[in-house]
Amino acid sequence: MMFAQRDKDQAKLDLISAESKADIDNWVAKYPADKKESAVMAALRIVQDQNAGFLTNELIDAIAEYLDMPAIAVYEVATFYSMYERDPVGKHKLCICTNISCMLCGSDEVVSHLEKKLGIKLGETTADGKFTLKEVECLGACVNAPMLQLGREYHEKLTPEKLDKLIDSLD
Amino acid sequence: MHGVSDEMSDLLNIEINGVALQVKPGTMVIEAADDAGITIPRFCYHKKLSVAANCRMCLVEVEKAPKPLPACATPVTDGMKVLTKSPLALEAQKSVMEFLLINHPLDCPICDQGGECELQDVAMGYGQDMSRYHEKKRVVKDKFLGSLISTDMTRCIHCTRCVRFGQEVAGIMEMGAPGRGEHTEISTYMERAIGSEMSGNVIDLCPVGALTSKPYRYHGRPWENTTHDSIAPHDCVGSNVHVETRRNQVMRVLPKENEAINELWLSDRDRFSYMGLTSGDRLLQPMVKQDGEWKTTDWQNALNYAVEGLQRVKTASGAETIGALASPSSTTEELYLLQKVIRGMGSNNIDHRLQQLDFANQDTMPAYPCMNQSIADLDNINAALLVGSFTRKDQPIIAHRLRKANKSGAKVSVINSVDYDFNLDLSQSVITRPDDIASQLAGVVKALAEVTGKSIPDVLASSISSVTVTDEHKAIAADLNDAENATVLMGIHAMSNPNFSAISSLANAAAELSGATLGYLSAGANSAGAWLAGAVPHRAPGQQATDGKNAMQMITDDMKAFVLLNMEPEYDCANPNEALSAMSSADFVVCMTPFATSTMRKYADVMLPVAPFTETSGTYVNVEGQWQSFTGSVPPMGDVRPGWKVLRVIGNFLKLDGFDYLASEDVRDELDGLTRELETNSRSEITAVNLDSSKPELTRIGHVSLYAVDSLVRRSEPLQQTDDALAAMIAVNNVTAKKLGLDSGQMAVVMQSNTRVKLPIYIEDAIPDDCAFIPAGVTGSVELGLSYGPVEVAGG
Ligand code: SF4
Ligand code: FES
Ligand code: FES
Repeated sequence: MMFAQRDKDQAKLDLISAESKADIDNWVAKYPADKKESAVMAALRIVQDQNAGFLTNELIDAIAEYLDMPAIAVYEVATFYSMYERDPVGKHKLCICTNISCMLCGSDEVVSHLEKKLGIKLGETTADGKFTLKEVECLGACVNAPMLQLGREYHEKLTPEKLDKLIDSLD
Repeated sequence: MHGVSDEMSDLLNIEINGVALQVKPGTMVIEAADDAGITIPRFCYHKKLSVAANCRMCLVEVEKAPKPLPACATPVTDGMKVLTKSPLALEAQKSVMEFLLINHPLDCPICDQGGECELQDVAMGYGQDMSRYHEKKRVVKDKFLGSLISTDMTRCIHCTRCVRFGQEVAGIMEMGAPGRGEHTEISTYMERAIGSEMSGNVIDLCPVGALTSKPYRYHGRPWENTTHDSIAPHDCVGSNVHVETRRNQVMRVLPKENEAINELWLSDRDRFSYMGLTSGDRLLQPMVKQDGEWKTTDWQNALNYAVEGLQRVKTASGAETIGALASPSSTTEELYLLQKVIRGMGSNNIDHRLQQLDFANQDTMPAYPCMNQSIADLDNINAALLVGSFTRKDQPIIAHRLRKANKSGAKVSVINSVDYDFNLDLSQSVITRPDDIASQLAGVVKALAEVTGKSIPDVLASSISSVTVTDEHKAIAADLNDAENATVLMGIHAMSNPNFSAISSLANAAAELSGATLGYLSAGANSAGAWLAGAVPHRAPGQQATDGKNAMQMITDDMKAFVLLNMEPEYDCANPNEALSAMSSADFVVCMTPFATSTMRKYADVMLPVAPFTETSGTYVNVEGQWQSFTGSVPPMGDVRPGWKVLRVIGNFLKLDGFDYLASEDVRDELDGLTRELETNSRSEITAVNLDSSKPELTRIGHVSLYAVDSLVRRSEPLQQTDDALAAMIAVNNVTAKKLGLDSGQMAVVMQSNTRVKLPIYIEDAIPDDCAFIPAGVTGSVELGLSYGPVEVAGG
C-alpha cells in the first residue's frame, strides 16, 4: 500500500518463540548493525528447528518482519538451500548424498536399501512420521563416500549393516 | 593524495578487436566496447543495473587470459587486448547460446516479444542454426503480477534484470529468484501483484518474452508500428516518450531515452495512460444542447453556438461573469490561446490551479513554479527537504533521482500530512495535520536560524516566535545546512494546502537560511507552461498584472458562463461539490473536452471534442523550465480538432485580434517572445505568515491519488485496476477512530458541504490524529466539498 508501515506486525513476530528470538539476536549481533539480514540463514535454521524441522510461508514472513527484509528475499534463501524444508518432515531426516563420488562408491545401494527397509521412496516420509528420506548433493565428505547426514552427524562409508544398525538405534 | 587521484584519472590504453581505445580505469570491457560501437552480445548486463554476470553471453577472449572472460564483469587493465570475434570468443558465445536455448521454448511465432527480442536477435547473430537438444524442456507456471505485466515464465532465462530493477531502481524488492539451478523461478512472493509505480520498466528490461505488456498483449508486432516522439502528459517531469502507432491508432507508449530527464525509464502512469484514449466516452463530434436535447452538429454550427452564447452572457451580465478553467495538463498553446480569448472578451477569470485553496501569495510567486535546478542535478543532492509531497507516486522520476542521491548518502526528510511509504531511507519524517504543516516548517526555519547564526527575516520573525523547535526540526536544519547541495521542494500537496502562502514563504526562508535551492513540484504536466501562458487570473503573459478571479473564486462567485478545457470539475476541482453547482447554475457552459460524461451533459451547453496529447501538436514546459514541443502521433479521431485550432477559430468568430496562426508553432513562438526575458528563479518574497488558524475537530486530507490526476489517466482501465488506484474511503488512525467510535471495515457517513456520502473506514496509522484521509478525484468522493477542511464522519 502507499502508507508507510512503521510498526512491526506483532502477529507475525509472535510466530517466532522467545527462545528463537534470543538465538537469532545472537546471530544478528555478530554482524554490523545495518546488516541484520546477514543473519537470515541462521534465523531460518533456528525457526525451522523450533517448528519440528520445517518452515512455513508464515514463518518465512515472520523472519522477514523480524529482520526487516523483503519477504521474497527470505523466500529466495529458504528455497535455495536444501537444508531448509518447506513441508513437514519425519522425526529423523536422512539426507543421502547421491552426488558423483558417493554415486561411484555405491550410493544407489544405500538408497535402495533404505527405501526397502523403510518402505518409502526418496523424498517421502514414513506413515508414522518417524523417517524422511532425502536426496542431497555433495556434502564434502567424498573421502568416505557413500555417506548420509542425520541431524548434525555425518555417517560415512555406509554399508547395509551400518545402515541397519543406524536405523534400529533410532526411536 | 593529489598524485594518487591524478593517477586514478589517467586513461588506460586498451585494444578491442585491434581498435586502440583509451578508457577510464574501473570501466568494464563491455562498457568500453559499447562506447566504441563494438557489439558484444549480452542478456544480464544492463547499463543502469548492477553487474550480475550470470548469463555468460558476453564471453570474450582476452589476451593472456587462459579462458574466455565475461566482458560485463571484467574491468579494463592497461595494455589489455580484447577479441570479441576470435574463434575462441565465437565458440564460447555459441556454446552459451546453446545452453540458454536448452530450456527456452521455440515459440517465437506466438510470443509477444517476437521482433524485439534480445534472445531472438542474439540467437540469430551468435547461435547455431540447428538445435542438438532433443530432451524434454523445462516448463514453468506463469505468475500473476497484476494488471500491467503479463508473464510467460517458461521463456525466462534468469538474467535477473527484473529482480535487480526492483531492488536497485524501483526501491522495493517485489520479484525474486526462489529455488536453485533448474528449479529457479522468477516470481513475486505468494503471487502478489507488483506495486511499484515504475513496474512497467521490467517489460523493457526483460530480454525475452517472459515479461510483456498486458494491455498490449497480442496487439501487434513491433515492425508494424510507427514510432513518434512525444512528451508524457501527466507530471511535471515531461518524460520523453515514443508513441507507437499502427493504422492511425495508438498501440502503446514506450520511454524514449533522455539521460537528462527520464534516462530510459517511464512511470506506469505515463506508459499505460494511453489505454484511456479509446475510452467509450470519447467525444467524437461537436454537440450542442438545444431545448434540453443534445444534438450532434458540425464545427461551424457548434462554434457559432458557443460564441453566441458567450457573447449573450457578456452583453447581459458583463465579461467579468465569464470564467475559464483549464487542466494543468493542457498544452501551453491551448492555455495561451484560452487566456487570449478570455482576456480578449474582457475578462481575466482564467485559472489552471484547480486544486489550489490559498492564493494569497500569488503576486509574489515566481514567473512560474519550477525546480530551479535540472532534474539530473537531483542525483547529486546531499540533502533534500520535501514538503507536502509524495514524490514517489506524484513524480516517480523525480523520486528515482532523489533515491539515487539518497543511496549515495543524501539526507532526505519530509514534512507531510500522511506518512507515505517512500522508497527512500528518510532521515526525518514529520507527519502532521495539513493545517500544521506550516508550523512544522516554521520550526525548521527557526532551527536553521540557530545553526547558521543568521537571523530570521523580520517579516517572519514575530509571526513564528511561538513555534517550538523540536529535535526533528534541528536534525533537518543540520542536514540542510551541512549539505553542499541542498534543496527544499514543495510538492503538489503543499501547493494545494490551505496554508500554501505560509508554507511557500517559510520554504523560501528555509532555502535562504540554508543556501538550499528552492523548488516546486507542481501539478499536472504543464503548470509551468500555464503560468507562462497567462492561464492565471493575476498575470497576463509576460508578467503583466491583471485582476481576475482565481479557480476557487470562480466556482463560488456565481459566474454566468464557463469555458472548461480538458477538465471535469467534479474530479479536478478542490471543491467538487461547489464546482458542480457553479456549473449547473451558470447560464452557459462550453466544454472543450476529449470525453463527454453524463454529468457534463447535465450542465454543459456545448461540447467541443478536442484532441488528447496524442492527436495534437503542442508544448509542455517541465519542472526545469524546459519547453518540450511535440507533434501529434495520430490524426484526431472522428471530428476531433486540436484544442489550439478550436480556440483560434473561437478567437476569429469573436473578431478578436491576433488569431491568425497557421501552426501551433506560431502560437508557441508568440508566447516565447513574450516570456523569453523572464527571470526563472523559483524564489519568491518572504512574507508574514499567520500560523494560528483555528483547527477544526476533524480535518479532511483530500489528496488526489496518482491515477486520478486527469481525465485520461482516470480512463485507463489497467491503471485503475492497480492497488495505487485508490477507491473512495475514509482512513483514520486508531486514536481518531476511537474518538469517533469507528471500526475498521464498517461503513461510515461523511458529511461535508451539506452532502452525505457513505464510505468504508480503514484504520491506518499513517494518518495524523484528528484527520480523515478521503482521497479526492475518485468516484464516491466527488460529491464532497473541500479537499482540505472541516469534515464530519459518523458511524452507521
Ligand atoms: S523474467 Fe525476464 S528480466 Fe526477469 S529474469 Fe527472466 S528473462 Fe530476465
Ligand atoms: S559426493 Fe557425496 S559427499 Fe561428496
Ligand atoms: S552479460 Fe555478461 S554475463 Fe551476462
